[in-house]
Amino acid sequence: MTANADVPDSSVNARKTTMAAVCRATTTELAGLDAIAGDAVRVLRAPEIGLVMVRGRVGGDGAPFNLGEATVTRAAVSLPDGVIGFGHVLGRDKDKARLAALADALWQAPATRDAVEALLRPVRERIAAETALKRERAAATRVDFFTMVRGDN
Amino acid sequence: MYVAVKGGERAIDNAHRLLAHARRGDPAVPEVAPAQIREQLALAVDRVMTEGSLYDRDLAAIAIKQARGDLVEAAFLVRAFRTTLPRFGATQPIDTAAMQVARRVSATFKDIPGGQVLGPTFDYTHRLIDFLLEAGAEVDEPARAAADPVPMPRITDLLGHDDLIERNPPGDPDAPVPDLTREPLDLPAGRDLRLQNLARGDEGFLLALGYSTQRGFGRTHPFAGEIRLGEVELEFLAEDVGFAVPLGEITVTECQMVNQFKGSATEPPRFTRGYGLAFGHCERKTMGMALVDRALRAGELGEEVKAPAQDEEFVLMHSDNVQATGFVEHLKLPHYVDFQAELGLIRQMRAEIAARAAAAGPDGAVLKEAAE
Repeated sequence: MTANADVPDSSVNARKTTMAAVCRATTTELAGLDAIAGDAVRVLRAPEIGLVMVRGRVGGDGAPFNLGEATVTRAAVSLPDGVIGFGHVLGRDKDKARLAALADALWQAPATRDAVEALLRPVRERIAAETALKRERAAATRVDFFTMVRGDN
Repeated sequence: MYVAVKGGERAIDNAHRLLAHARRGDPAVPEVAPAQIREQLALAVDRVMTEGSLYDRDLAAIAIKQARGDLVEAAFLVRAFRTTLPRFGATQPIDTAAMQVARRVSATFKDIPGGQVLGPTFDYTHRLIDFLLEAGAEVDEPARAAADPVPMPRITDLLGHDDLIERNPPGDPDAPVPDLTREPLDLPAGRDLRLQNLARGDEGFLLALGYSTQRGFGRTHPFAGEIRLGEVELEFLAEDVGFAVPLGEITVTECQMVNQFKGSATEPPRFTRGYGLAFGHCERKTMGMALVDRALRAGELGEEVKAPAQDEEFVLMHSDNVQATGFVEHLKLPHYVDFQAELGLIRQMRAEIAARAAAAGPDGAVLKEAAE
């Protein structure tokens, strides 16, 4: 399963951006992917729960060190024309990992990319709204320092 | 010495049934759901994830429920769970400078790019019991303010631009990152391995050791250069995909401790640093960790090593509460044979003393001689 290694960077970046949105989607939000895919999808790797070691850097900017692990579920599917999709999502939701793999495959296939983008549009809007809300709530707790006026004497 | 003892099966089964009943508490009170623990006891969840060394909020919440709120027991459950799973690999090192910041404070600079953002904090609260929580009052909607997208550089990076603080060497990108979950801890340990150990170490242990350095046992003159809390992206280099795939975001807390200077005949004096990083919102933990990280660098920085917090073996071999609780609590297991041997020994000692006392007659000369 080493397909897609020869694709140009810009395409990889767009694919990663889509994967990032899928990671943040709920399983319910992704459920519509099955209808886009039809029933000719082959499961290459059944959803599997495992761990990744999360790394930090010494002092934030130095050499890497192992911080601790996180649960991740992964899956892989292929479409009838041979396009392979991979799903990697934090947590232990097997159905979400399968749907993420499906999203990756369907997004790579020109015939279904628009449908995937349409399905992800409300997800992206929700994520953007939630991020903006978090930023605004944090910003309201920003300290505005002022210096007390001191008398001359 | 351990000897298999049979005969406790029924008692153990019934004790476990009784435990389940005790865990449930008064059936007239609604049962707590793991989702409620995840959402409403979030800092307990964060501590269990950090010390259990596994980022999974839902799992930590179940563990807390199962452990009846005993957080060390919950971390133990999480550690046991992780041993059942395969490891797919390691993430790219997280970039805390790119954090989506929910809280960020510095005790060293008032005016910093991005400002001081208090976020959800107990700081400045009066520590008075809030009886409205008993009554279940509605919670006000948080205030909002315009969020300008200014970057929030790490304070240590700002000091670094003026060369006033030591830089951290980037490390050899091809060198393996040591992992104490794969190989036994070998001393002396590099700073990378020490930080892994401290990151999963017991908060209380690190808090006490950090406090001891402030009280003079290995003083390092610390300032809280920066504490930041927020979400960072995780990327995992999946070999079959061929590039680093995004996994989602996790929340981490980071503490940059800025400590007094180190210079030499050839190097001008620079501030030194201690570092703390933890899953979730674990501020006290990361502060203790950063103090201890700096204290453990005593040898490297040419300081005298004489306090407990500077003693690598003492700190690293006793920081893990799952190991510690295992060895302390194993004392509850049957030691009947060991104790029989001790009983035999003490009876023999006493019999010998009594025999000698009888032989010496009523003046007790032999006993006196033995005591001398």
